Amino acid sequence: MTQQFYVSPEQLMKDRADFARKGIARGRSVAVISCADGIALVAENPSPSLHKIGEIYDKIAFAAVGKYNEFESLRQAGVRYADVRGYSYDREDVTARGLASVYAQSLGAVFTAEQKPFEVELAVAEVGPTQADDHLYRLTFDGSIADEHQFVVMGGQAEKVSAAIDEGWRSSLSFAEALRLALAALVPATESGDRPQALPAAAVEVAVLDRQSESSRGSRRAFRRLDDADITALLA
Amino acid sequence: MQESTANQVAANATSSFTEHLQRDRPELLPYNRGLQASAPGTAPLQVPHATTIVALSYAGGVLMAGDRRATMGNVIASRHIEKVFPADRYSVLGIAGTAGIAIDLTRLFQVELEHYEKIEGTLLSLEGKANRLGAMIRGNLPLAMQGLAVVPLFAGFDTSAGVGRLFSYDVTGGRYEEHEHHTVGSGSVFARGALKKLWRPDLTEADAVSVAVEALYDAADDDSATGGPDTVRKLWPVIYTVDRSGARRVAENEIAAASVNIIEARTTAGREA
Repeated sequence: MTQQFYVSPEQLMKDRADFARKGIARGRSVAVISCADGIALVAENPSPSLHKIGEIYDKIAFAAVGKYNEFESLRQAGVRYADVRGYSYDREDVTARGLASVYAQSLGAVFTAEQKPFEVELAVAEVGPTQADDHLYRLTFDGSIADEHQFVVMGGQAEKVSAAIDEGWRSSLSFAEALRLALAALVPATESGDRPQALPAAAVEVAVLDRQSESSRGSRRAFRRLDDADITALLA
Repeated sequence: MQESTANQVAANATSSFTEHLQRDRPELLPYNRGLQASAPGTAPLQVPHATTIVALSYAGGVLMAGDRRATMGNVIASRHIEKVFPADRYSVLGIAGTAGIAIDLTRLFQVELEHYEKIEGTLLSLEGKANRLGAMIRGNLPLAMQGLAVVPLFAGFDTSAGVGRLFSYDVTGGRYEEHEHHTVGSGSVFARGALKKLWRPDLTEADAVSVAVEALYDAADDDSATGGPDTVRKLWPVIYTVDRSGARRVAENEIAAASVNIIEARTTAGREA
């Protein structure tokens, strides 16, 4: 018969948190930046089909780092939650706050009750009519939720990237400027001291939430994914 | 054990919003509301009915138009109802039949297409959309048997084939591809007669708008449940076009001009028909 060893709750939670943190730290970074034109979501992601950024609803987008199968199931659950809510009430009753709190509860439940915590970190972004109405929420593996302003950075090099974006961030940034800022900040840290090149278009995944999608594109859906040609054109 | 988990995950993976509702929130489906079977011999339920929809192809796309009247028996239930809706970027649908259920079905269909696009990251094929709509109409069959039928008309641009296509349905969800033009609703016979004479291959978009308005005018002329253009209240048919660049609602002033032209031409001719 095997002996059950006593593990203190503090130790158990710490072990789980360390496990999740390690998993997330291995991943590449994602930056979500609120700017004058809307919200830009930029992820370092060489795959053109396995997305880290997704559309949830009219004004709401999702970005994630960590294990693909885990955040993809959360993204799909979010789309279902938003669509059911919008269908049974009204489209304007779907908010990032509601979605973020559902995510926080699910992540919290998985962290305490399941065999292993989710190794993911999420951002939920909602674009408003003015920059003051933008909402950015950061959700971590244990279900903690933080209401962020200006920008959110997640993933392996989060601190370095965050510091680089903080230096260049202004409220008047256009999409092109925000994208340039993100690409410069997301460059993997090199050992040598020379200034590294910004990431090429093929190495990143970019999407935007247009603040003026109704007037500029005639669509209430603000989310727009940019392909490599769009990115090159925007940066030109 | 592992295999059953994998099966479970696969069975739960659905890109369909309707399937998700069926499983988790069946009470939200428009056709799942329990309705008591009416006793034999009682009068059918009096509810607003949406009437005539016409659709026709033109050079580069398809167009769909609907009048603005809903009737309840011999009473006009609404003069303002809109019966043609964009389904997604490349398709539109028009509805005839029980207005309440039809409008809910339309909403469900719009969410269904958007949901698929968000989950899968790609648009459904036009055939796929047409089949989904057929399945929804089939779901409504029990209510249709009690007199609450919904009959849609679906039009879209097939981006892979590069042509506009039209689909009609029967109450059992049967899906039929139509060519050139089609009509549904109480005034459809008269509208179809008009279209047979007015439609030509390769109409321009402006001519197609004018043909659609004239077909609806003829339907309203002979069918009391179809509303004609209302110059007093400035109410005109609702028209959507779909072409390579997507679905677009035709501006009200264009439709008003086309309607006024037809009324003037008929007034000048001063004939019985």
